[in-house]
Amino acid sequence: MDTSFAQRRRRDLIIAAVFAVLAALVPLFVKDVYVQNIMVLTLMYAALSQSWNILSGYCGQISLGHALYFGLGAYTTTLLFTKFGVLPWFGMLGGGLISALIAMALGYPCFRLRGHYFVIATIVIAEIALLLFQNWNWAGAALGIDVPVHGDSWLRFQFTRSKLPYFYFALALACVAWLVTWWLEDSKWGYWWRAVKDNPDAAESLGVVVFNSKMGAAAVSAFLTAVGGAFYAQFVSYIDPESVMGFQFSLLMALPAVLGGIGTLWGPVLGAIILIPLTELTRSFIGGSGRGVDLIVYGTLIVLISLARPEGLVGLFSRRRKGAVQ
Amino acid sequence: MTAETIIQSLASGLLMGLLYGLIAVGLALIFGLMDVVNFAHGEFLMIAMYATFFLFAFFAIDPLLAAPLVAAALFVFGALVYLLIVRFAVRAKANAGMVQIFSTFGLAIVMRGLAQFFFTPDYRSVTHSWLGGKTVSIAGIFLPVPQLAGALVSILAFGALYFFINRTDFGRALEATREDAGAVALVGIDKNRVFALGWGLGAALVGLAGAIMAMFFYIYPDVGASFALIAYVTVALGGFGSVFGAFAGGIIVGLVEASTALLLPPSLKSVGIYAVYLLVVFIRPRGLFGSI
Repeated sequence: MDTSFAQRRRRDLIIAAVFAVLAALVPLFVKDVYVQNIMVLTLMYAALSQSWNILSGYCGQISLGHALYFGLGAYTTTLLFTKFGVLPWFGMLGGGLISALIAMALGYPCFRLRGHYFVIATIVIAEIALLLFQNWNWAGAALGIDVPVHGDSWLRFQFTRSKLPYFYFALALACVAWLVTWWLEDSKWGYWWRAVKDNPDAAESLGVVVFNSKMGAAAVSAFLTAVGGAFYAQFVSYIDPESVMGFQFSLLMALPAVLGGIGTLWGPVLGAIILIPLTELTRSFIGGSGRGVDLIVYGTLIVLISLARPEGLVGLFSRRRKGAVQ
Repeated sequence: MTAETIIQSLASGLLMGLLYGLIAVGLALIFGLMDVVNFAHGEFLMIAMYATFFLFAFFAIDPLLAAPLVAAALFVFGALVYLLIVRFAVRAKANAGMVQIFSTFGLAIVMRGLAQFFFTPDYRSVTHSWLGGKTVSIAGIFLPVPQLAGALVSILAFGALYFFINRTDFGRALEATREDAGAVALVGIDKNRVFALGWGLGAALVGLAGAIMAMFFYIYPDVGASFALIAYVTVALGGFGSVFGAFAGGIIVGLVEASTALLLPPSLKSVGIYAVYLLVVFIRPRGLFGSI
């Protein structure tokens, strides 16, 4: 049992490395800017959903307010850069740290709540932040902030001519989020989280420090999400509260993990690879009419997948594998 | 700020609060019955508002008269949503909670898309209804008549619901199924039928709210989203599992919203609602009257 678990982990790592290398080669053959844009978003959502999955999937604390951390990452980076000339790389790190601290400060009272009370608390906290940012004149209020673009530079992490640097950064971010999850799965924290998710009372009585393990999950999850937000701000070079902190965003971050397989290592990746291109394609090919056909297709898909595959699409793969063993 | 302004805005807050209660009670009923949060609740409200609008625009039926028709239509719709979607979502063996959230959320997106497709994203409103735009003055306080009618409908609906749950056979079946769905099957109650009726009833109540609101709110495909969040907060504030909690929660939310609007810029009026929710659950993690 133990050896097969270790084998599985090693195999996961090899598969991930092969995928990462293959993904890195794709832009050499695909030059179309529209397609590259979709690939950047897919990788970004894979990273975000993987981060969300740490708190909501592994630790079982379902957050529908992760847009807060995404927005904080985006705003910290952009405000530091536009107001104080701080390079986005430091802003990214700063935004991550601020978000992790805020996640813990919020976790302190919120982790006493259970079930829907917790979910609704995460929603309303993100909504409060959204409303405050919409009314905060120094931070651009509801109109948002334009990131001034001074031409291509790795130092300022801005690129106008090519999407490739963004692509490689997003790929790196997705890999980091995946690796962090991979590493945590087999760590003390990973075991604690599973125990907390399955039965917090039993875990507590067995000596798991439930509260601290939730705080740890929240901090890691928020940090990675904020780095994703900082990246997004640089990528689109314009942010406003609704587009980086809106409730829709919290759902969009959760969806790939839910459809791919919540609390699994590959779920968020698989979910993002299927969902994001589909969203973007339906939006540009049938959404152009402005008549909501893209929403109808997208929503129907969510209903069908969640009903037909409650354990997520990764279930398709493990079933086949089981069949092969038999 | 004079005492008059304060009383005036608290009075409108109270009326709005009763309406919030009416919007939320369907959600509370369904949750109490089977522990499912309907994430398409706001879209139920949206189609009720559209139904009222079209009855008015095509058949000149006033929203007041349309209300029972809309409630009946929503009853059928709610029961169908249970039978066609939710029935399968609750059967999920893995991740039941997430499946419920995302199957109803997916339905919400589909409904919004359909509304955009058939009704276009244009803002619509019911103009020249019997009560629309009229105000009445009671002891120097001006109250808009449509909101007043909404408050009355809300109180009547809660009264009827209370009677229904406590005094009728179906109400007892509802309560029994909510207590123990397995045991009621043994005494010959079809669980699915009770759940479908519960969903129908919950949808009918939000249908009633939608018909009233069509008199004084713009109607557009996304209108449900903002009210849905307030409805979730209202139910959670009152406490999940308590229908009375939704009534009390609605009144509190309405009053808090009105008071916040007095103190802060109007664009921040929802902050007060959210802050009060957090304050309440941090002190009492199961809401004011919740059983779980």
